Amino acid sequence: MEIRSQEFKKSAHIALHDAKLQRALGNLKAGFPGKRAAAVARLPEFDALRDQARDLKNHIIEHLDLYLEEFEKNVIAQGGTVHWCRTAEDARKTILEICRAQDAKTVTKGKSMVTEEIALNEYLEANGVTPVETDLGEYILQLRNDHPSHIVAPAIHLTLDDVAEAFHEHHKRPKSDDPAVLMQEAREMLRKQFVSADVGITGANFLIAETGSTIICTNEGNGDLTQTLPKTHIVVSSIEKVVPTLEDMTLFLRLLARSATGQEFTVYNTLSTGPRRQADRDGPENFHVVLVDNGRSDMVGTEFQEMLRCIRCSACMNHCPVYGAVGGQTYGWVYPGPMGSVLTPQMIGIENAGLLPNASTFCGKCEEVCPVRIPLPKLMRHWRDKEWEKHLTPAAARSGIGIWAFFAKRPALYRMLSWSSNLFLRLVGGKRGRIRKLPLAGGWTDFRDMPAPSGKTFMQQWQERKS
Amino acid sequence: MSRAEIFNRIRTGLRIGADDRQRQETVQQRLQARAANLIPQRAQLPQAACIQLFIEMAIESAAELIELRHRNELSAAVEHWLSENGISQLVLAREENLQNLDWSASSSLVREERVAQAGDEASLTNAFCGIAETGTLMLHSGPDSPTTLNFLPDNHLVALSASSIVGAYEEAWQQLRAASGGEMPRTVNMITGPSRSADIEQKLQMGAHGPRRLAIFLIRDE
Repeated sequence: MEIRSQEFKKSAHIALHDAKLQRALGNLKAGFPGKRAAAVARLPEFDALRDQARDLKNHIIEHLDLYLEEFEKNVIAQGGTVHWCRTAEDARKTILEICRAQDAKTVTKGKSMVTEEIALNEYLEANGVTPVETDLGEYILQLRNDHPSHIVAPAIHLTLDDVAEAFHEHHKRPKSDDPAVLMQEAREMLRKQFVSADVGITGANFLIAETGSTIICTNEGNGDLTQTLPKTHIVVSSIEKVVPTLEDMTLFLRLLARSATGQEFTVYNTLSTGPRRQADRDGPENFHVVLVDNGRSDMVGTEFQEMLRCIRCSACMNHCPVYGAVGGQTYGWVYPGPMGSVLTPQMIGIENAGLLPNASTFCGKCEEVCPVRIPLPKLMRHWRDKEWEKHLTPAAARSGIGIWAFFAKRPALYRMLSWSSNLFLRLVGGKRGRIRKLPLAGGWTDFRDMPAPSGKTFMQQWQERKS
Repeated sequence: MSRAEIFNRIRTGLRIGADDRQRQETVQQRLQARAANLIPQRAQLPQAACIQLFIEMAIESAAELIELRHRNELSAAVEHWLSENGISQLVLAREENLQNLDWSASSSLVREERVAQAGDEASLTNAFCGIAETGTLMLHSGPDSPTTLNFLPDNHLVALSASSIVGAYEEAWQQLRAASGGEMPRTVNMITGPSRSADIEQKLQMGAHGPRRLAIFLIRDE
């Protein structure tokens, strides 16, 4: 997918004035945070589970090579094949080769963000293999030639009317604005695809080293039909998803659905281990696991290592005021919201995504709700540092910081300036204590008043209390 | 090529020295111990309370729950459920626990023991166990329990022995390992309610791609 992360400001401006998008984003804000809070309130152990999950993920990353070796060994022992792919290009080629070996014409797909990351659909299509997205949200997007705006609810940026329009155009049926009728249509259309596909591709939420299993956590059942009916099942996953045992996977399962959609548990949690057994009467005959690195191993041992704990629950974006205001597509690539602002620069380069770690108010809500306690604001700040070091920060920001630094290094001058501006703002604020217009701050005062400082400066108060 | 490169980068990042025995031991110990992490209180109730919690959580997940006293009531209850819903066809697993059922009272019902096909109206399978903490069923693939039965038909009917209900997922893993001789079946399904999606404007709709309805026949006395 085309990278448009450096158009963030322009895209955000358009998004903020897009009434339809704003209505769609309202659905997100009215739903996920409240549902998560209710699910968390029902499980008194939730925060203790988060601590354990953080520690376990840290342990896994410290032993990542060994758990991956164990996982590979057990996939092979169960009759499956593991493919290692350093880059997105490697992964695309590997998957195409598996499809070609099966002489595959159509491929059904369960929901997978890693396949978005490696731009698999476009590649398969260009090479004569037709990918069919089967998750309802992804199916809608495929019909519209669109991309996900959210890692769990991919079509969250669309309205009922958008879906009705797309289905009417592609299904050649009378237009309906009843979501139940629309889902029924998709169910009928995709049923034929499930049965006739040559290959089924799914992602994985976790890879279990102990057993060589992969697991998907879904609500629709499309992933299960995708991986059970075709002759070949390909799992596409990234290397940091490995966990030691089924017990360890369970720790994350207790956190995942609650953090994501506020469900107690996703409807279908399905483990796949190797191809069908000799006496089995259904299931795939071939089982492939394609492990994608794509920059992740480079994060090990760096200040971004903690990002490898991410379990892709989407809680950070569901609670982010910036995401909630501009939507996922404004971020200009695959992963949006706070987790995307940390991951995207790693995957496509800070020079192509420098605006993302800056598109944050650092309110800290993302870190507060993260099930594996990733310090997302801190990691975004690291990217800002890198951007600064590489002289990628825009000139206006650089000179602004330069001016600030000039005063910050001269305390007496700094104090005098803050004292006088404090006084000035108080006078401007008048009795109401609010400022309506302020030079250079139109971005703020055009929409709301600026509160005037109400008392003395910090240093003044400090001096008074000391004496 | 990629494999060596990936491992190389991870090991460089972790600054692994020549002597790596300590790390290897730690990993092997963890893999062998299979120790449970924190198990919520809710999942550690006495058996009777476990069964009650399972019932509550399953109903909350929009499953239908029919309680039976004996397994010999199963065929009549299934037949009743199907006829009430105007369904005259049933695909069954060839499961041991579903053999020897008396279907003589349901003459109009067409029963077939096979894998599922597109267009099947209803299936009947036997759950390996139930997990109380979220009202979850565990089923797994095998020669007599094809996975397609759990996903293709419009209505999924599941027989569950009350005695097989456990509190926590961890207990289910232990039982699964014991039952399968340490080797995982190809597919293990944890199912919590019928299929659903909220992909259109975040409004929950039931019956996305999997079964529209999930009916659990909970058998008390076994």
